Amino acid sequence: MGEFGIGQSVKRKEDDTLLIGKGHYIDDINVAGQAHAYVLRSPHANAKVLSIETGSALAMPGVLAIYTGADVEDVGPLPCAVDAMFEFKRRNGSKRFFPTHHVLVRTHVRHVGDPVAFVIAETRTQAKDAAEAVLVDYEVLPSVTDTAAALAPGAPVIYADETDGNDAFLFTMGDAAASEAAFTAAHKTVRFKHVNQRIIAASMEPRGCIGEYDAASGRYTLHTNTQSVYRNRAICAQMLGVEENRIHVTCPEVGGSFGMKGMPYPEQPLVMLAAQRLGRAVKWYSDRSEAFLSDTQGRDLVVDAELALDSDGHFLAVRVHSVGSMGAYASNFGPMILSAGSVRMLPGVYRVPLVYAEVEVSITNKVFTDAYRGAGRPEASYVIERLVDLAAHAMKLSPVEIRRRNLIAAAQMPYSGPTGMTYDSGDFVKNLDDCLKAADWDGIEVRRAEAAKRGRLRGIGMSVYIEATAGGVPETARIEVNADGSVMAYSGSLTQGQAHATTFAQIVADKLGTDYDRITVHQGDSDILAQGGGAGGSRSGYSGGGAVLAGVEKVIDKARKIASHMLEAAEADIEFDGGTFTIAGTDRTLSLGDVAKAADDPANLPDGMAPGLKEDATYKSEASSFPNGCHIVEVEVDPDTGDIVIENYTVVDDFGHVLNPMIVHGQIHGGIVQGIGQALYEDAIYDAESGQLLTGSFMDYCMPRALNLPSIKIDMNVVPCTTNSLGLKGAGEAGTTGATGAVINAVLDALAPTGVTHIEMPATPQRVWRAIHDAKAA
Amino acid sequence: MYQFEYHKASSVEDAMKKLASADDGKILAGGMTLLPTMKQRLASPSDLIDLSGIAALKGIKVDGKTVTIGAMTTHWEVHSSKDVQKAIPALSDLAGQIGDPMVRHRGTIGGSIANSDPSADYPAAVIGLGATIKTNKRDIAADDYFKGLFETALADDELIVSVSFPIPKRAAYQKFPQPASRYAMVGVMVAETDSGIRVGVTGAGPCAFRVPAMEKALGAKFAAESVANITIPSDGLNSDIHGSAEYRAHLVGVMAKRAVAAA
Repeated sequence: MGEFGIGQSVKRKEDDTLLIGKGHYIDDINVAGQAHAYVLRSPHANAKVLSIETGSALAMPGVLAIYTGADVEDVGPLPCAVDAMFEFKRRNGSKRFFPTHHVLVRTHVRHVGDPVAFVIAETRTQAKDAAEAVLVDYEVLPSVTDTAAALAPGAPVIYADETDGNDAFLFTMGDAAASEAAFTAAHKTVRFKHVNQRIIAASMEPRGCIGEYDAASGRYTLHTNTQSVYRNRAICAQMLGVEENRIHVTCPEVGGSFGMKGMPYPEQPLVMLAAQRLGRAVKWYSDRSEAFLSDTQGRDLVVDAELALDSDGHFLAVRVHSVGSMGAYASNFGPMILSAGSVRMLPGVYRVPLVYAEVEVSITNKVFTDAYRGAGRPEASYVIERLVDLAAHAMKLSPVEIRRRNLIAAAQMPYSGPTGMTYDSGDFVKNLDDCLKAADWDGIEVRRAEAAKRGRLRGIGMSVYIEATAGGVPETARIEVNADGSVMAYSGSLTQGQAHATTFAQIVADKLGTDYDRITVHQGDSDILAQGGGAGGSRSGYSGGGAVLAGVEKVIDKARKIASHMLEAAEADIEFDGGTFTIAGTDRTLSLGDVAKAADDPANLPDGMAPGLKEDATYKSEASSFPNGCHIVEVEVDPDTGDIVIENYTVVDDFGHVLNPMIVHGQIHGGIVQGIGQALYEDAIYDAESGQLLTGSFMDYCMPRALNLPSIKIDMNVVPCTTNSLGLKGAGEAGTTGATGAVINAVLDALAPTGVTHIEMPATPQRVWRAIHDAKAA
Repeated sequence: MYQFEYHKASSVEDAMKKLASADDGKILAGGMTLLPTMKQRLASPSDLIDLSGIAALKGIKVDGKTVTIGAMTTHWEVHSSKDVQKAIPALSDLAGQIGDPMVRHRGTIGGSIANSDPSADYPAAVIGLGATIKTNKRDIAADDYFKGLFETALADDELIVSVSFPIPKRAAYQKFPQPASRYAMVGVMVAETDSGIRVGVTGAGPCAFRVPAMEKALGAKFAAESVANITIPSDGLNSDIHGSAEYRAHLVGVMAKRAVAAA
């Protein structure tokens, strides 16, 4: 309703504070009397810990305690949530091998950065000094960090004491024989072997936490930056062996997470344990170098993909064999993302009768992987969108024509594909048409010729993407109307910077008619609601918004009953509009505030009605939402240096109804930039010999910069989601999903005159130059 | 960062005295390399002697034939100086490509040249323009100054006071940045000076160097096509995850060609 309702580009409530540096992040929190912790991490990729000598470090100034694995044996291991959801088996049929992930290592270190000791001192510097004085005697063992090489015969077996190989499990999906038959009968097949490289999340704010313990109540408090205070509470309780009522998790502002802050880390139970043992608060805060070595990383697949076509260019089957590396441990969602997560969306926006996929997951001496913006869907989209361009080339069709022949039509919705996904809605043809027009696809040859005069190779590429946001996960909210008519909206979701305080308030303002400025959104406190979800899988608007809406509707229902009782009119005759209840056709009214004020006294209420105007609601949709759209990218390649400049970026997105277009545009920008980052810049490179991370700082790990980025042209094609009460589709990861395929397709179109037909991500200048150089030599 | 003693020097003599009396002292100019290294605990000097209070080390002077820049002059000052822009626009342009605005406002020409980072920009200008490094003890010609990876002709008790650049007839600097750090993967300064053509290369080797074959060809004809077919050997060049020695050798040719075209 009005300028602050759903669908308006309301300015963010958060920004006045954040933009002047008054935001409250985890390192802004200091608890009286807090001590500081520092984690001593493994310098080796694979080694046996022969001994740890802490005596002289303990004697250093300010040192309060030093814990090693032996000192925290009462803390349970970090769990892998998806282990219970899938029956993972190895290729030989035996049960999956997931190594036990202790909060501090006990006998071995398995990756550079594995936590070895937790040093607590009066100051952070003292803790760091003492960590240097801890003497660890390592027996260095051969390591393996290469994703596929870990499965090769003769590779050092990382957990040789416990298992006989580095294969954690083998995931298969679909009918191998049917797919084989389709490939045998096909008119043409194309093949795309590539690496979907490891990515470092590099959130602007590193991880951190503060633990407190109140001996009187026996309660722990954990302040931490996380995607879910509730999941964190549950898992930390499990690790500490206490019930959930004994842990209170709070989360202030979060400076980005992208999936990386979705799960508890060793430092969180450790600060709580240390607080309890030492009788004072303990703070730990990651520095940037530690973040590179200890935050979960993303992607990491070696993929061999094929597409079978009939003589008209219709798709018959997609087949994928890949190896993914989960790193040294099985992180919370990691094994699922590498396996089912990376293949379920392989059909994309196309009619593909058959999909068969095999993903073998290897254990390597690298940090564990987990969700990273898109979490499997960008990997799948990249596979299919590159295969389609290769197929266009093989069939001598344009990239547009081959897509047209295979796109699922709007009239076919809802559409159930071969991987068990049912798309509720979407108009993929319109996305394509609108984007072709907005990007002036047909005018490329003029621009290509102009670029050629300047010695530049210009190319254009597209991806028509779809992705599946998190479905089936409940989210909670509580809506309270105060006696003065102002509203508190409590959410089980948790902002990571997306501006829930703004968008959730817009839902309340729209439906309750309350002034936007009189609505406060509160989140990030596990003591308020019994349960909650959090951020992840682009579900904040979809589920968090859905829960707020459900709470608001319950409030309206109850308030209408109260108003009917107070006005002595039939409920059916009570109208609600703009925050006021009216007996239809009369001037007798009650404001929402009047009702809320009266609601505290049972005397004002219908018999048996509980007092108060506050309602708890849970939103749960069984389905995912399926944001979809089209990206068209135009690049210029400098053939002398291999440098790539993105000249134009056009996107048409279908996010269903949009809560706040300005905020959604921000999500599109950020998502696309992270996709561009993977396509052109970012690469977590490990040294094959030593297992050291060679890109361990921003001096070598290349983040996309403003100067690398184009202005992004955005259009919306609104097809409301039919499975969501707000009609919206999650927007957070869509940009990342569409970007990699579109960028690389554009790069290869530009390189076509040089004879280059394949380039790995990231398409760095050196790689592009080398590809041109090799193509010339060939 | 480990603990250290901080001293602010009042003069060059005072700085050298303080350095001499320190256990393991280090001169602090802009600190753009030294301080991050100390923060990572990779360097632990006992004493830091800060030159920022020495007025004599700051400023830019142009006479008819040379631009003389005080060692503590920041990259931003060189970049934005109207005098430098007029006398040697290529030098102003180079300074404007160093790091980011924060680095350009703190980093100094003396600090950069004393450090001799293989991928710093200034060494290409020192070599390519044939500068003279003036220290508290002597003048050192550019060709005698850079000795190797982080190695220079400076003695332990020697401090750069200023750098004098002869004003060339024309010059240009072209840089291909390492994508992540934005340091020079390869940077080439080409200049036509009173003493002939000079081609100074940074980023490619252990330290900045000249390319005599290109200088000779450009001496015969100052045109991009003169260097188009001159390849430099990749032996001994730097090689890392961002660029192999072969790629760097290739980029020297490309950047040289573009610098000639831009000069």
